[in-house]
Amino acid sequence: MDRLPRWADVVLVPLISLLFAAIISALVLLAIGQSPVEAFKVMATGAVGSAYGWGYTLYYATSFIFTGLAVTVAFHAGLFNIGGEGQAQLGGLGVALVCLSLPWPHWTLALLAATAGAALFGAAWAAIPAYLQAKRGSHIVITTIMFNYIAAALLVYLLVDVLRPAGQMDPASARFPVGAKLPALNDIPGFDLIFTKPVPANVTLFVALGMAVVVWAILWRTRLGYQMRAFGKSEAAAKYAGINPVRITIIAMLLSGALAGMMSINNVMGEAERLLQNSSEGAGFIGIAVALMGRNHPIGVVLAALLFGFLYQGGAELGLWTSIPIEMRIVVQGLVILFTGALDVMVRMILQRIFGLFRSFKAAGVA
Amino acid sequence: MDALAKNMGRRATAAPFSIELKGISKAFGPVQANKDINFAVPKGTIHGIIGENGAGKSTLMSILYGFYKADSGQIFVNGQLTTIPDSQSAIRAGIGMVFQHFKLVQNFTVLENIILGAEDGALLNTSLSKARRVLRELAQEYELDVDPDALVEDLSVGHQQRVEILKALYRQADILILDEPTGVLTPDEADHLFRILKGLKDQGKTVILITHKLREIMEATDNVSVMRRGTMVATVKTAETSPEALAELMVGRKVLLEVDKGTPNPGKVVLSVENLRVRDEHGVERLKGISLEIRAGEILGIAGVAGNGQSELLAALGGMMWATGRVTLNGAELPLSGAGSDGQSRRAAGIAHVPEDRHHHGLILDFSAWENMAFGYHNAPQYQKNALFMDNDALIADTEHKMAEYDVRPPIPSLAAKSFSGGNQQKIVVAREMERNPDLLLIGQPTRGVDIGAIEFIHKQIIALRDAGKAILLVSVELDEIMSLSDRIAVMFDGQIMGLRDPATTNERELGLLMAGVAGSSSGAAA
Amino acid sequence: MMDYATLLQVLDTTLRLATPLLLACLAGLYSERAGIFDIGLEGKMLAAAMAAGAAAALTGSAWAGLLAGIGASLVFAALHGVASITFRGNQLISGVALNFLSSGITVLVAQALFRQGGRTPPLTGNARFNPITLPGAEALRDIPVIGPLYYEVISGHSILVYMAFSIVPLTWWVLFRTRFGLRLRAVGENPAAVDTAGVSVVALRFAAVGITGILCGLAGAYMATALQAGFGREMTAGRGYIALAALIFAKWRPVAAMWACLLFGFFQALALRPDVVQAVVQVKVPVPFLDALPYILTVLVLAGFVGKAIPPRAGGEPYVKER
Repeated sequence: MDRLPRWADVVLVPLISLLFAAIISALVLLAIGQSPVEAFKVMATGAVGSAYGWGYTLYYATSFIFTGLAVTVAFHAGLFNIGGEGQAQLGGLGVALVCLSLPWPHWTLALLAATAGAALFGAAWAAIPAYLQAKRGSHIVITTIMFNYIAAALLVYLLVDVLRPAGQMDPASARFPVGAKLPALNDIPGFDLIFTKPVPANVTLFVALGMAVVVWAILWRTRLGYQMRAFGKSEAAAKYAGINPVRITIIAMLLSGALAGMMSINNVMGEAERLLQNSSEGAGFIGIAVALMGRNHPIGVVLAALLFGFLYQGGAELGLWTSIPIEMRIVVQGLVILFTGALDVMVRMILQRIFGLFRSFKAAGVA
Repeated sequence: MDALAKNMGRRATAAPFSIELKGISKAFGPVQANKDINFAVPKGTIHGIIGENGAGKSTLMSILYGFYKADSGQIFVNGQLTTIPDSQSAIRAGIGMVFQHFKLVQNFTVLENIILGAEDGALLNTSLSKARRVLRELAQEYELDVDPDALVEDLSVGHQQRVEILKALYRQADILILDEPTGVLTPDEADHLFRILKGLKDQGKTVILITHKLREIMEATDNVSVMRRGTMVATVKTAETSPEALAELMVGRKVLLEVDKGTPNPGKVVLSVENLRVRDEHGVERLKGISLEIRAGEILGIAGVAGNGQSELLAALGGMMWATGRVTLNGAELPLSGAGSDGQSRRAAGIAHVPEDRHHHGLILDFSAWENMAFGYHNAPQYQKNALFMDNDALIADTEHKMAEYDVRPPIPSLAAKSFSGGNQQKIVVAREMERNPDLLLIGQPTRGVDIGAIEFIHKQIIALRDAGKAILLVSVELDEIMSLSDRIAVMFDGQIMGLRDPATTNERELGLLMAGVAGSSSGAAA
Repeated sequence: MMDYATLLQVLDTTLRLATPLLLACLAGLYSERAGIFDIGLEGKMLAAAMAAGAAAALTGSAWAGLLAGIGASLVFAALHGVASITFRGNQLISGVALNFLSSGITVLVAQALFRQGGRTPPLTGNARFNPITLPGAEALRDIPVIGPLYYEVISGHSILVYMAFSIVPLTWWVLFRTRFGLRLRAVGENPAAVDTAGVSVVALRFAAVGITGILCGLAGAYMATALQAGFGREMTAGRGYIALAALIFAKWRPVAAMWACLLFGFFQALALRPDVVQAVVQVKVPVPFLDALPYILTVLVLAGFVGKAIPPRAGGEPYVKER
């Protein structure tokens, strides 16, 4: 079979997958009696048509960059971490504990400490499945799914029975001190010229972008990344090279869990300013779609996170302004995972056919 | 020879041929695996097909068994034009196949494996009792006894192969194809297999035996066809040819396995192994107390049928498997399990390792050539920019240099390893390992799946390293390679060393006996 | 301590809650025994629940709902089959994708049909599978110990409960006593053996995935038309994953699967009665702990602390013919 040129592999395959997902989504909308064009207009206006919309889109994208990077790091080590959701929730717990522990004098200190807390708790939650995979061969996909549910149960218990302040009805932690409040984009000089209204997007965005660079450097510029990628491609070969499988599995999952946990500084500290039930709202799962769509490369992840930020904000707008339920965005999310992840081969086959035709036309033209 | 060859070319299809192929061609992308193949197998004969790795034997047989569809050509079975789109059609046409890698369900019983796909009716009990009866008959008829209720995973390799043959016979195959059947067998088991095949022939069945071992062809077959680079170059009567003539047909020129090498100049002992023992993950002892020594400036060749512990010996010394016993390198003891026994520690100690299987161990196929050049040596100081980062530029420059020196083609460091040919992939591995200037080189199957030109090049490199005063442990299933390269030969059988021989004074017959587990008088000359 | 009447109540609830787990678990058993991992049980159940709830509401017939549920689940099974068998895609990713797709599309369709916030209308009468009183239940009721057990626990469930439990021996028989079962197990262990025996790997795996679809359809239909009276968003609430956990817990064996589902169903029943739990163990046990218990147990099984779970050997690997 003909190989695809590299640019087609990197750019065209995800774009065509996206196109398929968009077409099917449009068909779904038509089937439930809605206008896809109208829906897209509402989404575009709401998500990127104003600075205010961008403020939400970027807020969602920030979370998705973290969870997308989390899935990416694990993927490169040959591990499919479905546990981003649970790790993010535990990260939220870490953020809450840090923020509530001291009357923070300045947000920079609080951010540093909360980031560490989020990473630590997220990594800790990934550590058990990692250990079980590395030492006892328990399938990481199943254990991380189980840990999502265990995390959810744990947080319900903590929020209802432990962290809930006396007299408060809803299961949530106390509000964080003022010193732990992160500047939103509308609070930052320069950005406040663009974002004139309060938006949820906050300084965490820059932390996320920084982490994308860090992940890139780790994967392609360090020995650790080299070993992770080699181990991910071939466990048997890694053994030959003396790469310690237990060490790599555990480190990769700790990194992955830490990244997933760190998304909580965006939503828990940057937006809600207290720990709520189900704080991550599925962002851990969206990380899977983001990583697949972004071809497991940090640049791709950032772009895909933006796209999903658009989808999430746009989807919320649909729920507000049209009779299309907000769940439309989950449909698109599922379709993107389906086409970029599971039907990857099909998309490639179609592209190869097209390229084959193109080549034979060219050959005929020359002859 | 000529008479038969004329027979093969005859147009009539009513001749008593079990199988007749006309003009079969098959290409995989740009690779022409089979080119215009014509050949015929007379009924009731054992027909050998011989050729080097990649000559197209297996592809041809896969076409016969319906695994691949030929691009062009015709297949006649018993004189009838037959299309074989899938395995089911092949079975219906009376063709049975015993693959090199058995197609058995490990946790099924022998009976369950036999009836799989050939059940009578939707319920199992009638099929099982019928199979039990038929199996008993076949066992008596062909020396094919095997416990019908044993789980396949508990059977020896030889018995598993019998199950495969029984599967084919249960499906009433008249034509039995065996693909490299003796590669995994002990000589005893192989002899038993050939007795079975003779028995089948006597019952009027046709046997096609694919192999690259001349000895088997000469011993077992009536006729033999020779394949070379996708074409069928000759079909001759076995009785009218000689191993030399067949070898020449196979390779296309006089086989010149004489390697130009001077007398060895052994120095001090580099590697000393005492009572090395290894168990596999099932707890089976694979190395049963190996002791050997290799001196600086000598090549110790390990001969043996595949699966007699050679792989485990390399794995234990290369840090891929835990072992017990005592191993010293230049007098310093190497840990054999736990911390300090991994591949990194071995490399640090001065052991380089060209593994037997470059696809699964030696290379990361998706990595570029330059990334592979650091594989196993990713911690080496010259590839680090500073404490944090690797120096990819230095690595690429280093790769360019090694590619030029070892004539790797194409010399493009950024090309993925999977895009190189087998010979060039092997050169990348060999360059990486030899250029570390190790005290000890472990090298397994150095020329498996490698073209002739690269074989000569790699052999020369091994000799050059020896002449530079390094110790070399060479493992190969190719006896010719062992005999022409080694300064001493150790023969392994069933996890033990059967004896040490001097290549100058031993011969293939003596080594063959040792490989078959027949202990000779230990010759002092080689020790 | 728990009195006998309370115990019977809890056991009765156990049976009702174990049923969807059991159906989904057996569904997964067919697929995984054939070498196709399916973490999309959840999505198929959800789709079936929505379709069953909708069809039952529109037609007034529970049986029409059941058929619709099976149909919807089969569509998702077919998608999983195309992705993982035909195009040899990653089976885990395909399952994740289909779960999301189902989670979203069920609400969309239910909303488009009924405009009740993504729910289907409440079902009554024949639109639901109603409890059946088994023969002799009334008569035997007064026999001490056994009578109430038969009347309260065994009798009085919907037909789907009895179907689910009779599928257990049926599945055992199919797997170990029929040609289809032999081939199904073989294709999950070594598809090359099946292929060279002249049997189509693709057809077998699609058949297995199809059975998975039907059984998930039953599970989902039970949720919407028997356990509850209609579909609500995310109503399966992770039961597909608990079923998956039960399957691992049972080491892919049908009878053990039944016991695992009963155990997990028992935990769910206890989670509804924290007062009972507290009375028995004399300590206040947080409800979330009971919720998490099936998952914790499964992790322990996976870790090999409670026996070793060895999945079918060819599981998760797309079949590619060797050269």
